[in-house]
Amino acid sequence: MTKAVNKSNRTNNTNRKTEFWQKLPIHIAILTIAFIWTLPSLGLFISSLRPRGDMLSTGWWTVFWHPLEITQFYLGNYGDVLRSSGMGEAFLNSLTIAVPATVIPIAIATFAAYAFAWMTFPGRQLLFILVVCLLVVPLQTTLIPVLRVYAQLGLAGTFLGVWLAHTAYGLPLGIYLLRNYIGALPKDLIEAAAVDGASHLKIFTKLIVPLSMPAIASFAVFQFLWVWNDLLVALVYLGGTADVAPVTIQLSNLVGSRGQDWYLLTAGAFISMIVPLMVFFGLQRYFVRGILAGSVKS
Amino acid sequence: MASVSFEQVTKQFDDYVAVNNLNLEIEDGEFLVFVGPSGCGKTTSLRLLAGLETVSQGQICIGDRRVNELSPKDRDIAMVFQSYALYPHMSVYENMAFSLDLQGKPKEEIRQRVCSAAELLGIEKLLHRKPKELSGGQRQRVAVGRAIVRKPSVFLMDEPLSNLDAMLRVQARKEISKLHSDLATTFIYVTHDQVEAMTMGDRIAVMKDGILQQVDSPANLYNQPANLFVAGFIGSPAMNFFQVERLSQEGKEKLSLDGVVLPMPDSVAKNGDRPLTLGIRPENIYHPQYLPLEIEPMELPATVNLVEMMGNELIVYAQTPAGTEFVARIDPRVNIKQKDSVKFVVDTQRFYYFDREMETAIF
Repeated sequence: MTKAVNKSNRTNNTNRKTEFWQKLPIHIAILTIAFIWTLPSLGLFISSLRPRGDMLSTGWWTVFWHPLEITQFYLGNYGDVLRSSGMGEAFLNSLTIAVPATVIPIAIATFAAYAFAWMTFPGRQLLFILVVCLLVVPLQTTLIPVLRVYAQLGLAGTFLGVWLAHTAYGLPLGIYLLRNYIGALPKDLIEAAAVDGASHLKIFTKLIVPLSMPAIASFAVFQFLWVWNDLLVALVYLGGTADVAPVTIQLSNLVGSRGQDWYLLTAGAFISMIVPLMVFFGLQRYFVRGILAGSVKS
Repeated sequence: MASVSFEQVTKQFDDYVAVNNLNLEIEDGEFLVFVGPSGCGKTTSLRLLAGLETVSQGQICIGDRRVNELSPKDRDIAMVFQSYALYPHMSVYENMAFSLDLQGKPKEEIRQRVCSAAELLGIEKLLHRKPKELSGGQRQRVAVGRAIVRKPSVFLMDEPLSNLDAMLRVQARKEISKLHSDLATTFIYVTHDQVEAMTMGDRIAVMKDGILQQVDSPANLYNQPANLFVAGFIGSPAMNFFQVERLSQEGKEKLSLDGVVLPMPDSVAKNGDRPLTLGIRPENIYHPQYLPLEIEPMELPATVNLVEMMGNELIVYAQTPAGTEFVARIDPRVNIKQKDSVKFVVDTQRFYYFDREMETAIF
C-alpha cells in the first residue's frame, strides 16, 4: 500500500518535473513579454519620483546604479501637481463627466441589446447591422457637425452635451458586446420566465441584468477608462475653461503650452490613474465565472 | 383545470411544415402524452399550446377560450422544460416563488404555497440552495415544483426526464404519475420514449412528420395500431414485418409468408387485391419447446443469427429461408444458439395485416 503510494508520488514528481521543463520556454517568453510591457510604466513611475534637474540630465534607469540611495527620490512632483490650482476641481469635473457618461450608455445599451437579441420586430436585423456599421465611423469626423448643432441648441460647453456625446460614441460598441452576450443566454430561461408570467420588462430586470453582470461590468470598465482618459471630446465640447475642465485638460495645461514642464506629467499620470483603478477593482466582483451554472444542462 | 383542443392547427417554419393540420381534443384532467421520433412535431405542438410559437393556421383553445393571440403568461399554463431552465442566480425558494411574486400574491401565501409544493416533492430541505448546488434529480424536482406552485389549469412537460439516469427516470416516472392523480389537472407530456408514454399516459398521441398518426389508450395503441408506423413504433423490440403474397390453393385463396401458407382472413379478403404486409410482435413468436396452450400455432422455420440473453427472456434475431429477418422473445430456459435451425411457432390469432402501399391497418 505504502509502496504503491510512494511510487505514484514519485511518478507524480517526475511528471511535474518534465512538465516544468516542457513549459519553461513558454514561461520565459511570457515573463519577457510581461517585463517589456511593464517597462514604460516602471520608467514613468521612477521618473515621477525624481527631481526636475535629474530627470532632464540623466535617464530614469540611472537610479539603479545606487539603488539604496534614498535621497535621489523626491516627492515634490506629486506635491506640485496636487497643489497646482484647479486640480481638485478638475477631479470633480472628471467625475461629473465620467460617471453619467458611463451609466447612460450602459443603461441604453443593455436595453437595446435585449431588444436586438430577444424581441421580434420588423427591421431588427437591419437596425443591428446599422449599429455595427457605426463602429467604424471615426469620431473625429463628427466633431464639427455635432459642435455646430450643439451651438445652436445651446449645449456647447455644458456637461449634458459631453454626456450625450460620450453616450453616442460608446453605444455601438456597448450594444454590440452586450447583444452577443445576452443573445447567448439560454433560450429556455427566457421562455420559462415568459411562461411564469414575466413581461419583457420583468424578464429584463429580473433575469437579463443579473445574468449579464460580467458583460455589463466589462463594458463599464471600458467606457469609464475611455471617458476618464479622453482629452479630445472634452476639449471640443466643453472648451478648456477651468470651471469645466477635467483632469486630462488640467494636466495638459500644467505641462505648459510648449511641453516644457513635462516632468509634472509623470506624477499627474499616476495621480489620475487612481480613480480608474478603483473602478476596476470595485467592479472586480462582478467578473464571475460560471454565472449560468446549474440553470440548464449543457 | 381545463380541457384543451387543437383545431386544424398547422405550424409552418418558412417552407418546413412542423405540425400539419393537427386535430386533437384533450379532456379536463387527462394525462396525454405526445410521442414520436425527433422532428415529428411533438415539441412544436406543445410550444404552440404554451404560446412560445405562433400558430400559422387553425386555433387552439384552453377551456372554452381561444388562446391563439394570448401571450404565454395569460394562458394559465405551467411548463417544465427539458433543460429545467432554472434561474441560476436565484435560490430554489426564489425559483419557485418567481411566478407568484410576479402575480403580486401576498408574501405569506407565497411562502405557504412554495412550502407545500416543496413538501409534496420532498425538496423542503433544499429551498435555500442555488441550482448549481443540486444534483440532476433535484433540479428536475425543482423544475416540477416551480410549475405546480402556480396551480395552473394545464401542465406542459417537455421531455422532463430525458436528462436523468435510468434508475432515477423510473422513480420520477412514478412520481409524476402520482402527482397527476394528486393534482387531478390536465397534463400534456412530450417524450420520445415509448416506455414513458405507455406507462404514464391516459391516452397517447403518436406523431410522425408533423402528422398525428393515432390517439388512443396505451392498450388500444398496442393492440390495434392504426398503421405501419404506429405498429412499428410502439413496442420494444419492434414489431416484425413480413411481405405476404396471395396464392390460390385447392380453389381457395391463401396467403404465403416466404413459402409458409396461411389462411386468408375475411378482413383481408374484403380489402381487394392490394399488396399486404403482415406484422407479428416478437412476443407472439415461440420456441416449440415452450408453447402456451391458448395459441393457434403455425410453424415458421428460420435460422438464428444472434441471441441476446436478458435474464427474463431471450431476444433472438433470426431469418427465414427466404431471408426476411425478424426478432423473437423466447423463454430463457430454451437452449438456442447462433446458426441453429429452429421451427419457431407463431400465434396466428395475433397477426396484424397492413395495406403495404397505404400503410394502414386492415381490421
